[in-house]
Amino acid sequence: MKPARFSWSTRSGRALAFQAGFLLVLTVAGWALWRNTAHNLAVRQIRSGFAFLDQRAGFDIGEGPMPYTPDASYLRAFAAGLGNTLRVSLLGILLATPLGALVGLGRLSRNVLVRSLSTGWVEVLRNVPLVIQLFAWYLVFTQLLPDPTGPLVLAPHVYLSKGGLQLPMPVWTGGPALERPEITAFGVSGGISLTPEFLALLVGLATTTSASIAEIVRSGVLAVAKGQTEAALALGLPHRLVIRRVVLPQALRVIVPPLTSQFLNLTKNSSLAVAIGFPDVVSIANTAINQNGQALECILLIMSVYLSINLATAALMAWYNRRVALVER
Amino acid sequence: MAHPGMRTAALALLVAASIAPLPALAGKTLDGVRQRGEVVCGVNTSAPGFSAADSQGRWQGLDVDVCRGVAAAVLKDATKVRFVPLNSQQRFAALQAGEIDVLSRNTTWTMTRDASLGIVFTGIDYYDGQGFMVPKKLKIDSAKKLGGATVCVQAGTTSEKNVADFFQANGLKYKTVVFDTAEAITSAFFSGRCQAYTTDMSDLAGARTKVANPNDYLILPEVISKEPLGPSVRRGDDEWFQIVRWTLYGMLEAEEAGVTQANVDKVKAESKDPIVQRLLGVTEDMGGLLGLDKEWLYRIVKQVGNYGESFERNLGPKTPLGLPRGANNLWNKGGLMYAPPVR
Repeated sequence: MKPARFSWSTRSGRALAFQAGFLLVLTVAGWALWRNTAHNLAVRQIRSGFAFLDQRAGFDIGEGPMPYTPDASYLRAFAAGLGNTLRVSLLGILLATPLGALVGLGRLSRNVLVRSLSTGWVEVLRNVPLVIQLFAWYLVFTQLLPDPTGPLVLAPHVYLSKGGLQLPMPVWTGGPALERPEITAFGVSGGISLTPEFLALLVGLATTTSASIAEIVRSGVLAVAKGQTEAALALGLPHRLVIRRVVLPQALRVIVPPLTSQFLNLTKNSSLAVAIGFPDVVSIANTAINQNGQALECILLIMSVYLSINLATAALMAWYNRRVALVER
Repeated sequence: MAHPGMRTAALALLVAASIAPLPALAGKTLDGVRQRGEVVCGVNTSAPGFSAADSQGRWQGLDVDVCRGVAAAVLKDATKVRFVPLNSQQRFAALQAGEIDVLSRNTTWTMTRDASLGIVFTGIDYYDGQGFMVPKKLKIDSAKKLGGATVCVQAGTTSEKNVADFFQANGLKYKTVVFDTAEAITSAFFSGRCQAYTTDMSDLAGARTKVANPNDYLILPEVISKEPLGPSVRRGDDEWFQIVRWTLYGMLEAEEAGVTQANVDKVKAESKDPIVQRLLGVTEDMGGLLGLDKEWLYRIVKQVGNYGESFERNLGPKTPLGLPRGANNLWNKGGLMYAPPVR
């Protein structure tokens, strides 16, 4: 095919020119911002660059899924914070989704008690700012529970106190065994330990998001035309199958796209962790900013971390959405 | 409540994006302050004795007095200060971005901060050190017995690093819970979330005044670090740097010469001591060297008081903090406070 000659008179030619022009403006603006920033930092004698990531961090992180000591580098510290962010976001999504689905269906229930409880749940959680809810949950965990030296015993070797929730941990020592938490002078130690900061954040994120998910599920179910249910019932399908084979597949098409936004919101909202002392990636970055003063670099890191997590989540949900979307034949 | 991380982000972007030709900032802080008619001073959100709002909403404290002193020297009125409460993460970004003229927020002078943040410390207004506070019911008398404890600490402070060093050096295990405001830490500590609270000794004493039963808490004897606290200013404005530095030195010199808020008028009229006459602008014009007038230090002492008076009013034995002068006494009274002479 012969390459098309550029011409202002064709629609595609003009579109090409405008796009090229826009790209040029964007590049120049980005370059100017970068140069200006570098210049300003130099004039103000503020150290810049990412060299600090290799240096010894020197501060400790209270909890996390991966081993970390103060001798590790800033990069490892950021990774530990990222691990905590992912841990709380993933568990939050796993808790919020079924809870939201239940509450959403509850709002459609014919039972008055179930319906009003579900409506109350949605209205309260949706209308109180999340950070206030987090403070409230944190107060519940740290003020109302007993001291770690005299914890509540929920089950054998399961302790709940101001120090958090301690569970026995399965370990492998020549054979399957359980590492059981013990009560020591400063409280309970050993086993799996979930801190009150983690619990408050998890519960706060999961419940708040469940309220939004409930509304999405409700709208999805209501979007399925009534005739569909009636037709299925008329064919003699049992009620359970009507929901599973007729209503749900059609409702999911409406539910999945806004559900993705809720998952992304939950992940971003986990950055409020710093208010209640949970060491998520923002909290670690805050500490790093203060140790080395490189606010700009640390904030760029935070932004790229959330962008990556959320792009990955969105891609996964887009794939799932294609599976449930209407396939036209 | 504004999300603190967002505020830091906004300030950082402000630093990055200020397009104004920067050299214009240098040397212009004094002009800006005069034009505005107020000194903008970054202080702690709540550090009793250093900077905290009293029941009438008036800022009180040693760090606050340094800012009032600067306003008295520059604007002739110690009340012309706008206080901007900052948490520990916001403080340097706020100074870098030009949101405040002086940072006077019990901030430790360290090499990293002095050499790489685009700021410069003007002096030391309090010699502090980091310690631990524990509930008495734990029956602990030494920080070396804190192995296995959960420790509450403030995000982005030198304390966070020192505590890691201390426990590592002593081979002790511990857990931290890191909060971004002093209020969050004290509420977590006093509710029993942590077994120990670590920060500067003066801060521990201040936090203890906020609880209903201060006698239930013990400050352990170990001091695990040097924490020289002092005001700082942006780099590149030597004129302003000198004013802030000599405000503090002036307050120390006044104490050394025995000039107090109560006797300053009498001394100014009657004293034949050449040192006092020079300090108060009776003879030589020392203020002129700073771009100010003869009576700069007279006004500081008259409106704010000398260093010792500020200490006694905010931190001393008669206050709820009840801190001894100790290392913060004048050099000729067994302390470390030694100001270069005003001459």
